[in-house]
Amino acid sequence: MVLLQRPHILLLLIGTHQFLQCWIAFGSVNEEGQKQAEFSEELLLKPLPDHKLLAHFHFQSSGPPSTSNGCHHHLFPKAISQLVQKFRIKEMELSFTKGRWNYESWGGFDPLSSSNAKPPGVELWAVFDVPQHHIDASWKNLTHTLSGLFCASINFLESTATYSTPEWSFPPASGNVRYGTLPCEAVCTENLTPWLKLLPCRDKAGIALLLDRPSLYRGFYHSQQLHLTSTGSSSEGIDSGIILEQTLTVVLQPNSEMAIEVHASEKHIQPSWSLSSIFGKQVSGRCVLAKPSSVYLLLDRGLSAANGLTSENFWSNPSFELSANPDRIFLEESSSHSKSLSILYMFQVEKYCESEPFDIGLMWKVPVAWLCQQTPLHASRFLMGSGNERAAIAISLKSTQFTEGFMSANSKDGSCELRVDVFQVVPWYVKVYFHSLRVFVDQQPRAVSDIIEKIHVSPSKDKMSPGVMEVVLKLPCRVNTAALTIEFDKGFLRIDEYLPDANQGFDIPSAIISFPNFHASMVFLEDDSLNKSPLLSKFQEKCPVMSYTEVLLVPLTTPDFSMPYNVITITCTVFALYFGSVLNVLQRSVAEEERFLKAKAAKKTGRLPLLLSKLSAKLRGSGINQN
Amino acid sequence: MEKLKKKIGSFSFWNWVIASIIFRLILIYFPKNLNLSSRPEVSTPLTSFRRLAEGYWLKQSSMSSYAGSMYHGSPLLLSLLGPLTVKRIEGQPNHLLYSLVSVIADVVSAMLIRATGQNLRLAYLRSLESLDLVKQIDVSEFLFSGDIAALIYLCNPFTIVACVGLSTSPIENMAVILCLYGACSRLIPLAAFGWVIATHLSLYPAILIIPVIFLLGCGPDSPPRKLFLQRHQQKEVLNQLKLPPGFSWGPIIHFAFWAFLWSVYVLVLCGISLKQFGGLWEMFKSTYGFILTVEDLSPNIGVLWYFFAEVFEFFRNFFLIVFHVNILFMILPLSIRLRHRPCYLAFVYVAICSMLKSYPSVGDSALYLGLLGWFVNELADMQFSLFLFCGYVGVSLLSPVMHNLWIWRGTGNANFYFTTAMVYACLQIVLVVEGVSAVLNHDRKLRILITGKP
Repeated sequence: MVLLQRPHILLLLIGTHQFLQCWIAFGSVNEEGQKQAEFSEELLLKPLPDHKLLAHFHFQSSGPPSTSNGCHHHLFPKAISQLVQKFRIKEMELSFTKGRWNYESWGGFDPLSSSNAKPPGVELWAVFDVPQHHIDASWKNLTHTLSGLFCASINFLESTATYSTPEWSFPPASGNVRYGTLPCEAVCTENLTPWLKLLPCRDKAGIALLLDRPSLYRGFYHSQQLHLTSTGSSSEGIDSGIILEQTLTVVLQPNSEMAIEVHASEKHIQPSWSLSSIFGKQVSGRCVLAKPSSVYLLLDRGLSAANGLTSENFWSNPSFELSANPDRIFLEESSSHSKSLSILYMFQVEKYCESEPFDIGLMWKVPVAWLCQQTPLHASRFLMGSGNERAAIAISLKSTQFTEGFMSANSKDGSCELRVDVFQVVPWYVKVYFHSLRVFVDQQPRAVSDIIEKIHVSPSKDKMSPGVMEVVLKLPCRVNTAALTIEFDKGFLRIDEYLPDANQGFDIPSAIISFPNFHASMVFLEDDSLNKSPLLSKFQEKCPVMSYTEVLLVPLTTPDFSMPYNVITITCTVFALYFGSVLNVLQRSVAEEERFLKAKAAKKTGRLPLLLSKLSAKLRGSGINQN
Repeated sequence: MEKLKKKIGSFSFWNWVIASIIFRLILIYFPKNLNLSSRPEVSTPLTSFRRLAEGYWLKQSSMSSYAGSMYHGSPLLLSLLGPLTVKRIEGQPNHLLYSLVSVIADVVSAMLIRATGQNLRLAYLRSLESLDLVKQIDVSEFLFSGDIAALIYLCNPFTIVACVGLSTSPIENMAVILCLYGACSRLIPLAAFGWVIATHLSLYPAILIIPVIFLLGCGPDSPPRKLFLQRHQQKEVLNQLKLPPGFSWGPIIHFAFWAFLWSVYVLVLCGISLKQFGGLWEMFKSTYGFILTVEDLSPNIGVLWYFFAEVFEFFRNFFLIVFHVNILFMILPLSIRLRHRPCYLAFVYVAICSMLKSYPSVGDSALYLGLLGWFVNELADMQFSLFLFCGYVGVSLLSPVMHNLWIWRGTGNANFYFTTAMVYACLQIVLVVEGVSAVLNHDRKLRILITGKP
């Protein structure tokens, strides 16, 4: 009633309302124009030549720019977006790995292996968008935050002696990158649970339902990664979206019961498997928040060639049988140096529901044998020497079948060279003598300057920084073996610097061998629908081929841990002995000695005084006796 | 002693010198089998050849030679000796030139020791003459202490091992000997040069400034001045000519001037070579700082490495101060009591330093054992000399065995090796204590001879 009595107020209210409406409408348009928060879940299955199965889970959430919707997130995990904003991370990758990627039989040249094969333990690298002198502080805070987020001892990477600053040999190279590894970190389900918490459906629905802990950790290799990219730069104040990729790569041994039942006679046949047999679970529909939710089955080049699959006959495959019909089939775009093509079968999870759960199985009919595409050179690393005083690290590179192909392809240009980057971080207690670097090509020692094109070294400082060595090797293409050796002295630590299990030894983190002239990418021939699958678009990106070497275990000499008190008391006694006896000799004067002798002579009774006087006479030396 | 005298009588001095040089050359030609350059007894973090080579490599690849915790020596040494670490002659052992430099340094040191020893002997005879004791003491029995000291230095297995093991201690020792030689023969610029270089290379010889001041102020070793006065009071004629000269400040000011000049020169040279890498502060931090804070805990023949490996972090600074002050505390009492014998004082200081320094090696022991030869006449009555000799032999045999058991076989533990280091420290303590008391007794004996009463 009051409003009616005061018409101008009403008018004002209506006006305001209209303005608000307009403003809201404008806001929504603005939001639609920009990227919405998206989430995708994908699973890629790939049979491996050694009767194993690779399962690669790929979850990607992209967060919209935080300025548009404040601190509110629908899908994107808030913890991660706060982390990115707080430490101004441009790019970050954290991986927890158990087991070692078998480059020889699981391949190393495809995008799957070059981005998902990780060194054992924890690996963390991050690129920051802050001024140079703030990077170390940001890194320290980041390690602590991540260690809290993932229940891992990432905070050990805080001290300057554990992380390094790669100059150029580490692929995402730029000045602001920091790199650290914890090779001895044990990875278990307590790290997986917080990782799953970042997913909108956790492991309650969708593909993540398959993540059954016992079957995951039973595998040969297990690598759980978190990759963050803050697209665009936020230095100008324009905050753009964040892309969070969470991947989990496992290599499992399928239970071969089915194979035995069917083809008991044939031993070389690949084991048949199904999702329910390897994970013990089935996918009952997609996570409702996931936009593309799909499962892929990848048959790589070697396998499709072995099966005789070509672009014509891939619909009807004689050697195996799929339990579900694929929704789509993608063929790889033909590349120059290989005739056979990878084939990707796609299954959409959306079609399935609780009553009719999704389960895909692969039944092999005939035995097949194939090889995965390997890195140009197979790298391995070992220790030389015995004893606990000094030793040497050797990195050996062996040619694989790939190099032969590459060589024959490039042999026309005569002088063909293979560029290899080696990035090696050693902890400070491994005191490397860089002048002792030797290069062997085909078992012949070669001058270092002939083979090493570029070398960057930052020597380790005791308890301060690790030693970093970045080397660019230029090897002839026809090389069979190449080896780098470098000598080191084993350091001696204080007793409180040893790990609880000191006699186990200390780990030297993996070296990274990368081949910057080679890029692993898999481009699938298909239409626009491809762009919607983050996994496949990731495959299309050119990523450099790199491989990690083994972690080395260096036994260090231990002191006796039970001795501190004894050592302190004995040493101090010796020092006191020195101090006292020298002072005694210096202050002893003749007059005093005479008085002492007289006193002794006066009461020359008993055996002990006699002995003492004899001793003192001796101590005085023969000078007086002569007299 | 008798045996030694006979031996020296029968063989000539030069034969021994040549024999020791040939022995070194033979060892240099078999360096691969001996692997002496990586023995903990020979190469400490400060004197190691491999670290020198690493420092030179870093310098060549345009980095600071102190970039890592590898090299802790002087930048001058790097410029002089560095090129020799990479230079190779076809068909010859790898580090022939470098080893030859070590051999030359050893021979030069021995010659300087000999000259100084002769100087000291003459001074001693002169003072006996002025005390009119020549009749009472059989001067013909006096040994040629210079020759003995030089031979001890050259033929000592410790010196040979340090020389063949490519450590830099022959050069450090040469600087110390140069300083003492210069002070004894009153070549003040040379003494100042030796002192500055020795201090620059290994810090501890800095305390030799006290014996050098006494040497320059009142001349080489002689019996206490009081004896001369007593002698003349007995005669009741004060013959000023026969009195040893009193303390004179002139040469000391001269020395201070030269020492200042040389140290400025050395610092400027270092500054030039480290211009683009943090300058002199970086050098002091990683040479003197490294010596004083005992950062490297790799085993050596001293005791501090194990002590600081075991001691609790909380007490580390306290004990660092205690151990270094232990050296400084002894300076004053010793210099008061032995001020009339500056060369002997220098010997005692060198011995104490090599016992208490943070990274001792056999090269340091070789130095003081060589200097010991100067005082064969004064120390003739020293006690426990056989015990000490056996002890040194025993320790130098047992210590490598224990090291091998601990590091290479893994059957022993660190305590085995530490025990030998402990015994070695005790032996050196006994040597210092007995040596000081023998010299004081010797002075006492002279006084008794003069005053005629005990």
